[in-house]
Amino acid sequence: MKFAPLLIVLPLIAAPLCVLIRHRTIVRVLATATTWACLGIALHLLSLVGQLPVGETTLTYALGGWHPSVGIEYSIDALNAFVLVIVSMIAAVVLPVGPGTAADAIPKDKEYLFYTAFLLCLTGLMGITITGDAFNVFVFLEITSLSSYTLIALGKGRKALTAAFTYLIMGTIGGTFLLLGIGLMYQLTGSLNMAVIQEVLAGIDPTNKTKVVAFGFLFTGSAIKLAIFPLHQWLPNAYTHAPSTISAFLAATATKVSFYVMVRFSFFLFGSAYVFDYLQADRLLMPLAIAAIFVGSAAAIFQGDVKRLLAYSSIAQIGYMVLGFSLNSVTGLTGSIVHLFNHALMKGGLFLVVACVVHRIGSSQVQDWKGLGQRMPITMGAFVVGGLGLIGVPVTVGFVSKWYLVLGAIEQGRFVVAALVLIGSLLAVIYIWRIVETVFFQAPPEGSERCEAPLFMLLPTFILLGASIWFGIDTEMTAGFARAAAEIALPGVMP
Amino acid sequence: MSVVLDLWHYWVVIILMMIGLYTVIARDHLVKKVMGLNIFQSSVILFYVAMGKVNGGTAPIFGEEGLVFSNPIPHVLMLTAIVVGIATTALALSLAIRIQEAYGTCEEDEILPMDREGAGS
Amino acid sequence: MSVDMAIAVSMLLPLCGAFIVLFSGRNANLRDSLMVLCTLVTFPVVLSLLPHVQAGARPGFELIEVFPGVPLAFEVEPLGMLYAIVASGLWIPTALYGIGYMRGHHEQNQTRFFACFALAIFAALGIAFSKNLLTLFFFYEILTFSTYPLVTHHGDEKAKKAGRVYMGNLIFTSVVFLLLAVLWTWQATGTLDFTPGGILAGHVSGGQGAVLLGLFAFGAGKAAMMPFHRWLPAAMVAPTPVSALLHAVAIVKAGVFTILKVVVYIFGIDFLAEGNLSLWLMYAASASILISSCIALTKDNLKARLAYSTISQLAYITLGAALATSTGVLGAGMHIAMHAVGKITLFFCAGALMVGAHKTEISDMDGIGRRMPFTMGAFFIGSMSIIGLPPFGGSWSKWYLALGAADGGNSLFVFVLMASSLLSIGYLMPVVARAFFFEPKPSSHHGEHGDDHGDHGDHGDHGDHGDHSEGVHEAPLLCVLPPCLTAVGCLLLFFYAGEIQALLAPIVAGG
Repeated sequence: MKFAPLLIVLPLIAAPLCVLIRHRTIVRVLATATTWACLGIALHLLSLVGQLPVGETTLTYALGGWHPSVGIEYSIDALNAFVLVIVSMIAAVVLPVGPGTAADAIPKDKEYLFYTAFLLCLTGLMGITITGDAFNVFVFLEITSLSSYTLIALGKGRKALTAAFTYLIMGTIGGTFLLLGIGLMYQLTGSLNMAVIQEVLAGIDPTNKTKVVAFGFLFTGSAIKLAIFPLHQWLPNAYTHAPSTISAFLAATATKVSFYVMVRFSFFLFGSAYVFDYLQADRLLMPLAIAAIFVGSAAAIFQGDVKRLLAYSSIAQIGYMVLGFSLNSVTGLTGSIVHLFNHALMKGGLFLVVACVVHRIGSSQVQDWKGLGQRMPITMGAFVVGGLGLIGVPVTVGFVSKWYLVLGAIEQGRFVVAALVLIGSLLAVIYIWRIVETVFFQAPPEGSERCEAPLFMLLPTFILLGASIWFGIDTEMTAGFARAAAEIALPGVMP
Repeated sequence: MSVVLDLWHYWVVIILMMIGLYTVIARDHLVKKVMGLNIFQSSVILFYVAMGKVNGGTAPIFGEEGLVFSNPIPHVLMLTAIVVGIATTALALSLAIRIQEAYGTCEEDEILPMDREGAGS
Repeated sequence: MSVDMAIAVSMLLPLCGAFIVLFSGRNANLRDSLMVLCTLVTFPVVLSLLPHVQAGARPGFELIEVFPGVPLAFEVEPLGMLYAIVASGLWIPTALYGIGYMRGHHEQNQTRFFACFALAIFAALGIAFSKNLLTLFFFYEILTFSTYPLVTHHGDEKAKKAGRVYMGNLIFTSVVFLLLAVLWTWQATGTLDFTPGGILAGHVSGGQGAVLLGLFAFGAGKAAMMPFHRWLPAAMVAPTPVSALLHAVAIVKAGVFTILKVVVYIFGIDFLAEGNLSLWLMYAASASILISSCIALTKDNLKARLAYSTISQLAYITLGAALATSTGVLGAGMHIAMHAVGKITLFFCAGALMVGAHKTEISDMDGIGRRMPFTMGAFFIGSMSIIGLPPFGGSWSKWYLALGAADGGNSLFVFVLMASSLLSIGYLMPVVARAFFFEPKPSSHHGEHGDDHGDHGDHGDHGDHGDHSEGVHEAPLLCVLPPCLTAVGCLLLFFYAGEIQALLAPIVAGG
């Protein structure tokens, strides 16, 4: 457990080191080594949580040895240990691919700045996840946001700038709402430590107006960062115009962590009894989630840019996560949490495929992908695997998430919701198959030849998409931890 | 009446927050949006600081006996928030400068049509 | 090797076969011989399981627990055994036929073709040996996706559109209906294992059971129940070996096998019969039988006619399952084997006609019987089996189905079976009759008849075309031998029907 703060300290120190060292290769090696070290520590923490005796759920670490009531505490249970592994795994796999097209936006001798921003983003993401202090969440959230605005702005073309700016405006509003909510919680409870807040809030009367307003701000703030429909407007532009490797990283991590924040605040701090039985948030969330699934998938069908298509697909997938959240059951929440992992694998892998293609042919427009199946068969094979996962075909991780979500709906007798989830998968078939047809059925332009992506780009892609098949069959670890997390979130609730 | 007078600091916070949000949404000029964001963030800072005041409290510095102190924690938190606000503003303004160079304008109602024209998807 | 290992090996063989084909693709002869070798090895391994099943054993093994309480597990029982024998056994003639057809037609991408074929057989065996609904669903979907490249083999606009209908139909039914049914079953009973006697009794009410049955019956889209049948005629754009093995045997049988297995092992025949849950399915299946037979009458394209005939014959099996009587279920199971062998013969002949005479429309096939007597002879035998006349296998399954309908006390369905037999005479016999008894039409477009089969004696004089020979002018050997073999199989099945009945009897025991 004493390694826990290293997860924050390592990338936090490595970032300015990159600025000081400046040498391209050394910086690259340093950054990659840092991400791998973080992955190792995260896995170690996950195994520690897995070995906890029955009855205990949380590991804690008091920063600086200060007592939790006056200091900042890191608290790790099954939920955030799982998310930590997701974030560090994606970072460790995506960073070796390198800056990709981002390198075009920065002069070669300033490439270290890319790694600095990436490491800071990683710090922030892991900090949000690992901390047990409410205000700390805000601080790390802002670190993440600022570095991701920077990374997005490195994309090709000037639209990356406006995309980053819009994201900045919306993201800052979201973060500030969170800040407001944290302040209101502090007013109510007198503490910033999550465990203490949870205890005190449980004793506060539900009719208390401050409690409602606090929850409202916290919820809306994390909803903006999570890009729930209808607060999703920033996401398509941000993911489309960012460099493809950054899209891979952010699509697989940033929204997952925002979902984690939402789960932490709703199920732990305020408690599901308050959120669902008193406030009846599911009556708002379930329709919004279903709308996200359909609007996102339907919009994806009509996109001409693969990255934009994947971005809208992400909005639909976020809808699935929120749906599981709104079911307020162990099965539903298990489905959402395991979908964090599964979607990270699939979307990360798919965006890396786009990065490979852009590296070779320079375009992410569907019409430029004609006949790529003949020119880059291995890369396109990987795309099909990721696409099948999004559809939810058995043997892929997508199926595992769908299983739990639909099961969760059926358990509550919500057959309409179950049917809607399954119909949403069909929409995914349409937009994935559009690309499959263009890539495999149309002839490549005259004079083009085989141009498979380089190995250092293909390898991470295969790792992620290969994992998406592995964990589609062997779900013991992923679904196991997701279930453990869900059971902590909903103590005493019959599944 | 007491709702207004007793809670006047909250009213200030709310009014500032609304002014800030309105500016962000309604103004087209990117720099103005950033300023609106700043006002919005300032309102939250004010909220926290106001929260920290204890009736009859004084600055939290040890001195004579029997003093009542105001809560220093919100001030500490807000130091961080102010720094975050500055960093965000700096980043936003540098993006605005880049956008001005790339588009030739900083007005959103001129930028959006330019984006739509250039859009292929 | 141990019995359990034999199950695993029998599935791994086609899977490895797929990879072997992929890697030996450079050398066509090596690749094709290795593939045939694979088929010749797989069938005996599958067959080795038969004695154990006949003795009452149910060998199996568990692979990995995908979800808590739901493993990927395999178990061999009589129905699965029958389906596996049919699929792996018919793979052998199809492999030979495929080699002949693809070469004779100068098809591209043969490596991809044969590799996907092997994958499809792997999936079919996985379905046959599945122990629970999850395993079945997994391999069901693998079957869909591994056969998509086969259906869209030609890669042109037509293939693409057909592929869309194919995928759309199958994915829609399997995701929205079948998966929902599987999850509902899991939630209601807490298990997905196929259990003799069924698992649903006591867990779902009658009304829910009827809806669940509907979800399963329409969810198994590969069974081509109307109105979800469109994919089958659309898939006829595929090369004929695909139509033969997959769309007469492996894929469609996977669909009806699913329905049959669900009826026997998830619902239980008694549960269905008591609650009269499946009456509506009997009507739906009957409608499917009659409507598709009528449509078959109108089709001039031979493969299209055979496709609609298949839809009709599949509905026989669905009807047999829905009758919820032991003879009905027995008849349905037997028909899996009988129809498979009969239909594959017909499709082989259709393909031979394409390769040997370049004819696809029935109206062009007058008098072809004199040029291609073996092909049309096999076609005749296959037709007789499909129609259900002795001494061919199809007569037995028809007999049991009719018996099952009578047992159920509802003579309407006996009438349906009889009517459809008449209709099948109507759409199959004219083909044979025209081939043998009509004069060949003076052909107008056979200018470039590729005479790569060598010259056969005198060339008759038919006006300005000198390429019509009076003598026998068959398709390549590898395209004629398989249908003759399977035609003999139709005859043999008549005598072996008793064995099949004995194999399947335990599944309806006590019912």
